[in-house]
Amino acid sequence: MHPAPSVILFTVLSGLGFGFLAFLTLGLVQPQGLAAFLSFGLGYALAVGGLVASTFHLGQPTRAWRAFSQWRSSWLSREAWVSVAALLACAPVALRAMGGVVPGGWGLIAAVLCLGTVLCTSMIYAQLATVPRWNHWITPVLFLLFALAGGAILAGLRVPAGVLSLALAGMLMTAFRLGDGRFAARGSTLATATGLGSIGTPRVFEQPHTGGNYLMREMIHVVGRKHSQKLRAIAVVSVALPAVILWALPGGIVSNGLAVAAHLAGALAARWLFFAEAEHVVGLYYGQR
Amino acid sequence: MTCLPGHTEKRLGLVIDLDTCVGCQACVTACKGWNDQGYGAPLSDQDAYGAEPSGTFLNRVHSYEVQPFEGAAQVVNFPRSCLHCEDAPCVTVCPTGASYKRHEDGIVLVNESACIGCGLCAWACPYGAREMDADAGVMKKCTLCVDRIYNENLPTEDREPACVRTCPTGARHFGDLGDPTSEVSLLVAARGGYDLMPDLKTRPTNKYLPPRKKDARTDASLLAPLLDLQAVGLAGWLDRVLGKI
Repeated sequence: MHPAPSVILFTVLSGLGFGFLAFLTLGLVQPQGLAAFLSFGLGYALAVGGLVASTFHLGQPTRAWRAFSQWRSSWLSREAWVSVAALLACAPVALRAMGGVVPGGWGLIAAVLCLGTVLCTSMIYAQLATVPRWNHWITPVLFLLFALAGGAILAGLRVPAGVLSLALAGMLMTAFRLGDGRFAARGSTLATATGLGSIGTPRVFEQPHTGGNYLMREMIHVVGRKHSQKLRAIAVVSVALPAVILWALPGGIVSNGLAVAAHLAGALAARWLFFAEAEHVVGLYYGQR
Repeated sequence: MTCLPGHTEKRLGLVIDLDTCVGCQACVTACKGWNDQGYGAPLSDQDAYGAEPSGTFLNRVHSYEVQPFEGAAQVVNFPRSCLHCEDAPCVTVCPTGASYKRHEDGIVLVNESACIGCGLCAWACPYGAREMDADAGVMKKCTLCVDRIYNENLPTEDREPACVRTCPTGARHFGDLGDPTSEVSLLVAARGGYDLMPDLKTRPTNKYLPPRKKDARTDASLLAPLLDLQAVGLAGWLDRVLGKI
């Protein structure tokens, strides 16, 4: 699948932002006054910035409001609702925190909505039977772990952040390994795609068009997989690195900043691969994947 | 509304005969021609006369070589367009309700004034039936020529999809696949029409008819009797002499 920069930025940034907001609204970190303003501000900036980035890949961005209408059937529509509900629910918690009040039950609701947004985002991909690598429970687990690990690092919770980062690295390796066998396990081939398997073994004789088209640009993005193995290593090491940084280096803004940078680099590499390595069954018709 | 209707009064669709399709691309051209006018945003082209031409099409004809279990390989031309699935995954993923399946005839359509061009429906379709128009920024797909089939301004024989109307070999058939007595349903039953990628549980309306079994040849060449030439004159004498050495 085509790794569109707007969608990579959206899923990484808003995931990180909602993860951080969840830690803040649960009261696991309790900044007060100006620190609360800056912390919630950062969470909002990341979450909203990501959501705004997501509209850049739309063909008709001015109609984005229509995406609220189909929550009964569409995960993308549910994401729109839950994200707005989460942003609204965080506001009173943020205002009270600036006044020095600890988040209570309302904070729990806000946190659930924040993580719910991340879950909805992941389900947009996990629901697609046409992309076997995504169509697995590990997709929502991975998205939630990214949000939680990133949120814990931003919250400066050194021990949980380290543990979550290591768990994320492990889950990422599992996802790579599981994902590699998903297309074959689904069993779709040129023979099932054309139904010609009943008379023999089909292969592509001639392509239907000599130029490119939307399908090939969007679903058969082979060039993005060129450095897969290197990017996999970079992603796994980068998301694990915050554990080393936070546990080995003395606490402070420098080590926290390094941990955030390492996590972000890993998240961006992993998300690039999430799209670039995903193979759509329509590629079968073209003899490509 | 992007919830599926569950049951539709009719199940209009196409039956494509892979035995008679010669891969002439006339259906591709007729489709593009008809959908450049009238219904919805016209199918656009980019860099049409340049180095990298690209465009939106609702129908593409592939060519495959099939090596049968015994005998010589054969070429199968394979038109690919929207199958108007009963459990259309492209409909349920749509966040705006722009993508919908009609209750009255089962046609899957896009309301282009509500489409935000997010592309998720194209990701959800296993068959590559949807292409985003780079000019209009909205999703395009086969409408089963909804602006022809009910159009009383057209002569009766033209009230069928442009691809069916134009097919010079009669490889494309249009009708109600929900009616077991319709011509298309009888054709599917007689020829063993099948679904594409049935394992993905989309329950396509369109059916494909498999290539018929080829006649088995009994001699080396159809021209063989004509090739048994008898040499006469000088050549005949040479033939006789050299044959004896």
